[in-house]
Amino acid sequence: MTEIDWSKPRLLAKNIRKNFDERQVLKGVDLEVYPGQIVALIGSSGSGKSTMLRCLNLVEELSDGQIWLDGDEISRPGINDDEVRANIGLVFQSYNLFAHLSILDNVKLALKVVQKKSDKEATEIALGWLDRIGLADKANQYPDKLSGGQQQRTAIVRAVALNPKLLLLDEVTSALDPELSGEVLELIRDLKNSGTTIVMATHELSFAREVADWVIFLDQGVIAEEGEAADFFANPKNARTKEFLARVI
Amino acid sequence: MSQSTTSEAQLARETWRVSRKRRSTLTAIVSTLVFAVVAWLLLVNTPGWSRVQTSFFDWDTAVKAFPRVLDGLWLNLRVLVFASISVLIVALLLALATTLRNPALTPIRLLAKGYIDLFRGTPLIITLYLVGFGIPGLRIEAFGRIAPEILGTIALTLTYSAYVAEVFRAGIESIHPSQRLAARSLGLSYSQSVRLVVLPQAVRKVVPPLMNDFVALQKDVGLISVLGAVDAVRGAQIEVAHFANFTPYIVAGLFFVILAIPTVRLTDWLAARMAKREQMGTVL
Ligand SMILES: Nc1ncnc2c1ncn2[C@@H]1O[C@H](COP(=O)(O)OP(=O)(O)OP(=O)(O)O)[C@@H](O)[C@H]1O
Ligand SMILES: [Mg+2]
Repeated sequence: MTEIDWSKPRLLAKNIRKNFDERQVLKGVDLEVYPGQIVALIGSSGSGKSTMLRCLNLVEELSDGQIWLDGDEISRPGINDDEVRANIGLVFQSYNLFAHLSILDNVKLALKVVQKKSDKEATEIALGWLDRIGLADKANQYPDKLSGGQQQRTAIVRAVALNPKLLLLDEVTSALDPELSGEVLELIRDLKNSGTTIVMATHELSFAREVADWVIFLDQGVIAEEGEAADFFANPKNARTKEFLARVI
Repeated sequence: MSQSTTSEAQLARETWRVSRKRRSTLTAIVSTLVFAVVAWLLLVNTPGWSRVQTSFFDWDTAVKAFPRVLDGLWLNLRVLVFASISVLIVALLLALATTLRNPALTPIRLLAKGYIDLFRGTPLIITLYLVGFGIPGLRIEAFGRIAPEILGTIALTLTYSAYVAEVFRAGIESIHPSQRLAARSLGLSYSQSVRLVVLPQAVRKVVPPLMNDFVALQKDVGLISVLGAVDAVRGAQIEVAHFANFTPYIVAGLFFVILAIPTVRLTDWLAARMAKREQMGTVL
């Protein structure tokens, strides 16, 4: 495990608010993520976890608040948000992979069109990552020929291959049965060990306890409680947290 | 090692399947024949049959009209090629315009929608008259005299692009929004994600309905004759006047049928292949 550098946050989000019409989904959420850290976002369905991740990736327009990535404000007006997104990977529950491309071409696509790498170089990088998840021999298969776990692992390395500053994972295992989700969790563990910075929304609390450095409990659009993983799960302080943990564990 | 011999039960099942298939083929052939004979007898016993026969199915007239009609068909084919290409381009642009999400581009989206409503609702023949006689009526010097087949191609494009745009739009909307989101979160721009992720998948999905529209267009190119273009239909009309016999129309009709058959078969085959892929071989 890499040591965490506390001097400069990788991601800083202040007072994030998001309304859909009249409905307030995020009501002022703050977030600090340091390089190499894994932050787990937990909370019941509808608490705003996905919305938060999508705001961080600028796929949703903020209703208020500011976000900095490595000290650079990415929420400022007029920023090139395609460039920002190229530095922040986002993987979600399902339908990540492009159905008309082989998994090799899935991984290569952004390497070529966003990072402008040559075909040869993109192939090399992509094959390297597919090999790391044991799918190099399936490189030319189409996503629908792969298991759900293989698809999710490919989706994750497709994002990681771009060497993003931050990886956002939105319940990447919740569409999978336990055995397949185990494969995916294994990959996340592996990425943690090589220093990838990750914010993940998850229902897998035991996994969050194991790999996360910091756990945030989101309740109806606000942070009800947060803390170091071990401490958070051992001594929840907030009544809502206790209730939630009692319900799901 | 277990030897794989076919079991009694499977053999019985296969025999039964073969006999059932044979029986249904036989039923189909017999009923078709009976129907054809009955229809034929009814037709030849109508009081005016012999007159209709000589004025619509006269072999000598058919042979004599053949060259001019074939010559005209060549014009239909050229119009078909140009119209198909321009329809695809215009329709794709229209479909993309209707699927724009950006609120700043709402006027463009509304314009595209208005265009589609207008030309889907207008009968082709009226669009043909409007373009065919309206544009020359403007007497724009720079255009000079525009050939009727060009005006016809424009009218066909106006009408068909509205239909085809709807087909493309349905295809685009059938692509799961996550695909677009995934592309954007990898850093692809809006246009890259449309071009490299959404459209390739959407177009694949709409090939069968597109082919249906193509078959319809193959027939409708015959309508440019109303503007005076000497195509297969107009050629036939000239021969009809010449021989005072309707057979040339039948000749032209057959040409169009022959033109359509390969496309129709190809469409069926493609649709069947796609259905098969989606149903994974169930029999129901
Ligand atoms: N595009 C949208 N338009 C309107 N409401 C939305 C939109 N996206 C999300 N919401 C609402 O915001 C709330 C939070 O949704 P979100 O998906 O962020 O929750 P979540 O914590 O990720 O839940 P889950 O665990 O079920 O994934 C929900 O009530 C949802 O209905
Ligand atoms: Mg969610």
